[in-house]
Amino acid sequence: MINEHLPALVIGLPLLAAFATPLVSKINDKLRNIFVIGILGITLYLVYSLLCNVLNDGIFVYVMGARSTGLTLPSGYKMPVRIILEADAMSVFMAITTAVISLIGAIYSWAFMDKETGKDKFYTLLLILTAGMFGMELTGDMFNFFVFLEITSIAACGLVGFRITRGESSEAAFKTMVLYTLGALFVLFAVGILYGEYDALNIATLASRIQYTMLDKIALGLLLTGLAMKAGAVPMHMWVPDAYAEAPAPVSLVLVVNTQAGLYGLFRVLFSLYGASLSTQTVGWILIILGVLSMFVGVTMALIQDKLKRLIAYGAVSQIGYMLLGVGVGLATLNTPALQEYGMRAMEGSIFHVINDAMYKGLLFLTAGAVIYCTGKRNLNEISGLAHDMKFTSIFFIIGAGAIAGLPPFNGFASKLIIYESVYKFNPMLSVIAILVSILTLAIFVKIFQSAFLGPKLLDVKKEPRSMVLAMLVLSIIVIAFGLFPDVVVDKIVSPAVNALINRMDYITAVLGG
Amino acid sequence: MIDNLPFIACAILVILGLYTLTFKRNLIKIVIGLNLVESGVNLFLITLGYKSNAVAPIYTMAAKEEMVLPTPQALTLTSIVIGLATTALILSFTILIYKHYKTIDASKVRRLRE
Repeated sequence: MINEHLPALVIGLPLLAAFATPLVSKINDKLRNIFVIGILGITLYLVYSLLCNVLNDGIFVYVMGARSTGLTLPSGYKMPVRIILEADAMSVFMAITTAVISLIGAIYSWAFMDKETGKDKFYTLLLILTAGMFGMELTGDMFNFFVFLEITSIAACGLVGFRITRGESSEAAFKTMVLYTLGALFVLFAVGILYGEYDALNIATLASRIQYTMLDKIALGLLLTGLAMKAGAVPMHMWVPDAYAEAPAPVSLVLVVNTQAGLYGLFRVLFSLYGASLSTQTVGWILIILGVLSMFVGVTMALIQDKLKRLIAYGAVSQIGYMLLGVGVGLATLNTPALQEYGMRAMEGSIFHVINDAMYKGLLFLTAGAVIYCTGKRNLNEISGLAHDMKFTSIFFIIGAGAIAGLPPFNGFASKLIIYESVYKFNPMLSVIAILVSILTLAIFVKIFQSAFLGPKLLDVKKEPRSMVLAMLVLSIIVIAFGLFPDVVVDKIVSPAVNALINRMDYITAVLGG
Repeated sequence: MIDNLPFIACAILVILGLYTLTFKRNLIKIVIGLNLVESGVNLFLITLGYKSNAVAPIYTMAAKEEMVLPTPQALTLTSIVIGLATTALILSFTILIYKHYKTIDASKVRRLRE
C-alpha cells in the first residue's frame, strides 16, 4: 500500500510536517526538535525504500490523482495529461543524498540554533527546502520542476537571511534571491518555449518530440543559464560565497545539496530531455569549459579569503567544477564509441563526486559552524590553537580537508581518481588542470588548519555540544566508508544512475509505453 | 507582423528588466527590474495560448466551440502567485538592509566584500 505511493509521500511528508512544525513548537521546543528529526528520519526510510524499489524494478512512475497510480495514458490518450512523478536511478540517487544531508542538518541544528529565536520558522523553512529538493529530483514535469525550484529558492533565501540582526545576512539573502529568481524565470521562459512548440510539459513526452530547432537551442541556452545559476557555476557564482558564509552552518550544509539539485536539473535536461538530439560535442565542451572555469576561479578566489566559511564556499564552487567536467566529457562522447571506453567512467566519477561532495563539504561547513559557535569569531586571523580545546572538531576538519583535497583514504580521492583517469583519455590537459586545482585546494586547507587549529591558545573556547559532534561524526564515517569501499557505492547506486541518464529511451517509454 | 506584436512586447519587457538589473544601483529598482522580467515571461505564456475571437475555456453554457488554451493560463496563475511571494520576500530583505545600512544604494551595501 505504502510502496505504491512512495514518490508522493517523499515530497508530501516533509511538506505537511513543515506546516505542522509551528503548532508542535507551541507545545514544547524539545518535542519540536524530536518531531522534525523524526519526520526527516521517516523520510530517509521512505527514500531508501524508493531506492530499493527503483533499483530492483526499474523506473517508478507515479501519476498524481489518477485512478491507479501507474496509469500514465488513461483511455486512449496519446499523451499524459496529469502531473507525473518519475523516479529513475538518478533521481533516487539525488534524493538519498538530500535525505541524509537534511537529517544531519536537523540533528546539528538542535544545539547550534539553541540560542536563537524564531526556531519554529527555521525548522519550517528547513522542511520546506527539503520537500522542494525532493520535488525537483522526483518530478517528471517541466513546469512542476519550475514550481519546486521556486519553493527551494524562497525557503533557501529565507534561511540565508535568517539572522535578521546582521545586515550582512540580509545583503546576502537579497543577492541570492535576485539571482535565484532570475534563474527560475529563465527556466520558466524555456518551459514556455518548449510548451509552445511541442504542446507538452511532461519531460518524457517532450523528449519524444524534440527536434533541436533554433527555438530549442534558445530554450537550451536559457535552461543552461538558469540552472547553472542555481548550481553556482562560474560565471554565475557571485551569490555562492555570500550565501554560504552568511547562512547558519546547518543551512550551508543543506544549501550544498540544493545547488546539486540545480545541477541534477541541468543533467536531466541535457540527457533526458535533449539527449542525442543535441550537438553533443558543442554542449559537452560548454559544460567542460564551465567546469574548468569553476574549478580554477573557485580555488584562486579561495586563496585570498580570510573568513573561514567564505573560503570553504569558494572551495565549494571549485568542486562543482569537477562534476561539470566529468559529465561534460560524458556528454561530448555521447553517441560515439568513446562513451563506453571512458565517457561512462568520467560520468561515474562525476556522479560519485556529487554524493561525496555533499558529505565532505557538508562536514567542512559543520566544522566551520562549530568553530564560529564555540569562539564567536568568523575571521581566520583572530583564531588560533583551537585544537587544544576542540579535539573532535579538529579531527573532523582534517577528515573533511583531506577529502576535499582528494587525499586517500577519503571519499574525495576515490571519485577524483576516476575523473582524472577517464578525463585524461579524453584530453590530458583537462586532467592536469583538475589535479593542479586539487593540489591548490590542499595547500589552502593545510594553511587554514595550521593557522586556526595549531599554534598557541589565544581564546577561551566553549566545548562543542553533543548533537553537533554526532552530526559531524556521522558525516565523517560516511566520508571514510565511501573512501575505503568506493567500488561498492559505484556499483550499487552510481552506475545505475549514470545508466539512467544515458538510456534516454527507458525514461521515455516508462511514461509513453513501448 | 501584427500577430507577433505580443511576442515583441515580451522581448522588450524582458530586455528592459535585464537592463534594470544590470545597471541600476537602487535596490528597489532592482526588484522592479526582476518584476519586469517576470511580467515579460508571464505575458509570453499567456500569448502562447491565445486565440483571437475565442471564448474562455469553460464548457458549461459555452457560446461556441472555439476556446483559448487553458493550460498556459493555469501556468501563468501559478507563476504570478510565486512572483508575489518572491517579491514580498525580497522587499522585506530590502527593508532589513535599509534598517542596518541606512541606504538602499547597492554600491554602498557591500559589507560582505570587506
